[in-house]
Amino acid sequence: MSAARSFEWTEAVTSDLAFVARGSSVEEVFAAAADALLAATLDESAALEARVEHALRLEEPDLELLLLAFLNELVFLRDARGWLLRAGELRIETAPGAARLEGSAVGEAIDPARHRLAAEVKAATAHGLRVVRCGDGWEAHVTLDV
Amino acid sequence: MRVPVRVFGSEKLVREMDDQVFVQAANVARLPGIVDASLCMPDAHWGYGFPIGGVAAIDPRHGVISPGGIGFDINCGMRLVRTDLLWSEVEPHRRELVDRLAARVPAGVGSRGFLRLSESEFAELLTLGARWAVREGFGSAEDLACTEAGGCFPGADVACVSERALERGRAQIGTLGSGNHYLEVQVLHPDGIFDAELARAFGLEHPEQVVVMFHCGSRGFGHQVATDYLQVFLRAMPKKFRLEIIDRELACAPFDSEEGRSYYAAMCAAANVSFANRQVIQHRICEVFGKSPAELGIRNVYDVSHNTAKLERHRVGGRERELLVHRKGATRAFPPGHPELPAAYRETGQPVILGGSLETGSYVLAGVASAAASFFSTAHGSGRTMSRRRARRLVHGRELQDRLAARGILVRAATLAGLAEEAGLAYKDVDEVAQATEEAGISRRVAHLVPVCNVKG
Repeated sequence: MSAARSFEWTEAVTSDLAFVARGSSVEEVFAAAADALLAATLDESAALEARVEHALRLEEPDLELLLLAFLNELVFLRDARGWLLRAGELRIETAPGAARLEGSAVGEAIDPARHRLAAEVKAATAHGLRVVRCGDGWEAHVTLDV
Repeated sequence: MRVPVRVFGSEKLVREMDDQVFVQAANVARLPGIVDASLCMPDAHWGYGFPIGGVAAIDPRHGVISPGGIGFDINCGMRLVRTDLLWSEVEPHRRELVDRLAARVPAGVGSRGFLRLSESEFAELLTLGARWAVREGFGSAEDLACTEAGGCFPGADVACVSERALERGRAQIGTLGSGNHYLEVQVLHPDGIFDAELARAFGLEHPEQVVVMFHCGSRGFGHQVATDYLQVFLRAMPKKFRLEIIDRELACAPFDSEEGRSYYAAMCAAANVSFANRQVIQHRICEVFGKSPAELGIRNVYDVSHNTAKLERHRVGGRERELLVHRKGATRAFPPGHPELPAAYRETGQPVILGGSLETGSYVLAGVASAAASFFSTAHGSGRTMSRRRARRLVHGRELQDRLAARGILVRAATLAGLAEEAGLAYKDVDEVAQATEEAGISRRVAHLVPVCNVKG
């Protein structure tokens, strides 16, 4: 069964926020994980417009650490640049001992007058981090420190 | 496991802990160099890597340092500020007070502080910690004396900090953050003095006396330091150090390695950012009260961290050793007579600030000699009992705000959903936790404080 880009919160770690993201491809599951991070940060996150675009190029030893780096890049850009972002177009390649992401994140500058801000995620953590094939699609398990 | 797990708490608290607390504490017990036991405080709950409320003392010569034993919010901690004011004097102005506090101390996503620091000023701040803030006019030498480590961890090195951490944290000094961070005006509970002599020594003298307690940390700077080094350690563990990865959030490196020393120096810098942040916030609080600190008897009772690793001397097996004590959601609690305590607290033992939920109140505890069994560590709060999502399902933020207002507790929250996550039912019974620390011999109760105004991040 192929999963559409989606995420759901799970009631795991008591102090933090945990979710499962799903997608029909690795790119889609990364985008779904970014959607979850954005939803933790911003209520009504679906209304976020694509006013800024930021190029991304990341490389890590495996897909799980690549997802961690990707989410933490979005957390960094929120604090350092004041941007709320979701995944733009992503291309992900894997090879033995390496996983690479190229693409972009898109979104808007934080505007407290327009945005209903929610939690300030400190980091995506490596706790229970998994990116796995699930039927025809992919699933990622992530815990956010808030 | 290299050492056993030791859990402090009442039977009820231990029975109600998540099973994962014990799994995680057992994982911690496998860390190279761990000494005596992997410890859990009475408020322990399921975290990432270490349990929250976890303590591990590690031999720095042969053992490791683990960012997961400190947390992403390095030197997240508590400060308690006392005043001479009585609630009867303040109550008529309470709406104005809570609104002005919320305006002066920004909270929530994207909040920025009032300071505009150059790169070189920020580099100085992360070397000097709260001493930088006092030098810039945001407080007094007396505040520093009543801050853990004098408000400055001496091992900070800006060369060990990434550009990203500097960029992320530079504009956030003077901000609270989000999640469980808060600033609370509290009053001394009329029946809440457990030890009048100790309370007096801590500046807590009268029932209905007004104090201000706040909880925050090193903001994006510390979060980025932890993020950066988690990545460094995970890459180096299997190949360079041939260390088994038990749980990726227990990533570690030998303390006596380039990576370990470098993280320690960056962690000290983050601890200093946090001390400076809390010192600047105290200054902003003083401004809200509108008179000089001396006129209102405003004074820092104590500022103490609950997310650090520190080199300390402890007696183990009859001899004194230098140990790297990781405390994640656990508070250092030095006993009477400890040489690192300021003169004011040398005879009383260290004040410990136990932050409870915004519905139930908080405690001031004191360090005791019998806490040698916990490497002089005690609880840091009441400890969560349920996930944030579950709390959101069970509690409506607006209703909680109204209910608290009806009880005389005014809340200004950056988000109402975030407020719901912090409802009292999401936490253990703080009275039980405070009592358990006393019965377990790791601290003693001094005073119970109840909230009247809360600014929630």
